Amino acid sequence: MVEWTATERTHIEAIWSKIDIDVCGPLALQRCLIVYPWTQRYFGSFGDLSTDAAIVGNPKVANHGVVALTGLRTALDHMDDIKATYATLSVLHSEKLHVDPDNFRLLCDCLTIVVAGKMGKTLRPEMQAAWQKYLSAVVSALGRQYH
Amino acid sequence: MLSKQEKELIIEIWTRLTPVADRIGAEALLRMFTSYPGTKTYFSHLDITPRSAHLLSHGQKIFLALAEGSKDIANLMTTLAPLQTYHAYQLRIQPSNFKLFSHCMIVTLACFMGDRFTPSLHAAMDKYLSAFSAVLGEKFR
Repeated sequence: MVEWTATERTHIEAIWSKIDIDVCGPLALQRCLIVYPWTQRYFGSFGDLSTDAAIVGNPKVANHGVVALTGLRTALDHMDDIKATYATLSVLHSEKLHVDPDNFRLLCDCLTIVVAGKMGKTLRPEMQAAWQKYLSAVVSALGRQYH
Repeated sequence: MLSKQEKELIIEIWTRLTPVADRIGAEALLRMFTSYPGTKTYFSHLDITPRSAHLLSHGQKIFLALAEGSKDIANLMTTLAPLQTYHAYQLRIQPSNFKLFSHCMIVTLACFMGDRFTPSLHAAMDKYLSAFSAVLGEKFR
């Protein structure tokens, strides 16, 4: 189980309070598909991803960004049991979607950059550290059921 | 692989930010030390507390090396030859740490530039920092 200090919980809650999932979810997924184009391999059914503009304008990408970020937020209500919380999603990503778990980290890095762009210098280094610890815990839980 | 446009964009950003080289470099280092405490082990000889003179001067050094490298990306192997030797034989930094620093530099740039740190600029910068790190680690073995 991941141990969280009270300060870390406060930082993580503070950052989530600044995130509009309907805005940041699409931005994070768009950024991932643009910065790490090989991640597009999982979205063959999403239509046109051939240019940055196409990705940014793609409604399926936007919708899926909201789905993914909503999923990432789930851990906030289950901070002391993250592993169990994501067990089903881990099986889904492994057995059905066949996603290389290293890609979870890339999406999370892009989310961090979106958050950094929005928060500017109010994203202090110690807040970034707590946030990244949160995302690492979720990424680890998502990769747990792979075999 | 960086396009001509991306290379120009990268040069433009590093040039524009050179007046605050020490601040940006120091912030990237501080973010790295805070998120990845293992990286502090290489700096036990310096005062790396926030806003320290050492942190600012070291941050500036790294920033200027990144800025210099960007002016001729095709010839990074030549430009970085002395730094390659230094990092491999004297500093002997675990090369995976270059990735951690690159990530924190990108976070710093995003915080500094807000919306202007667009996905395409992010992609170009990420590619440049990856290439720079790869060349820097070339002489390790």
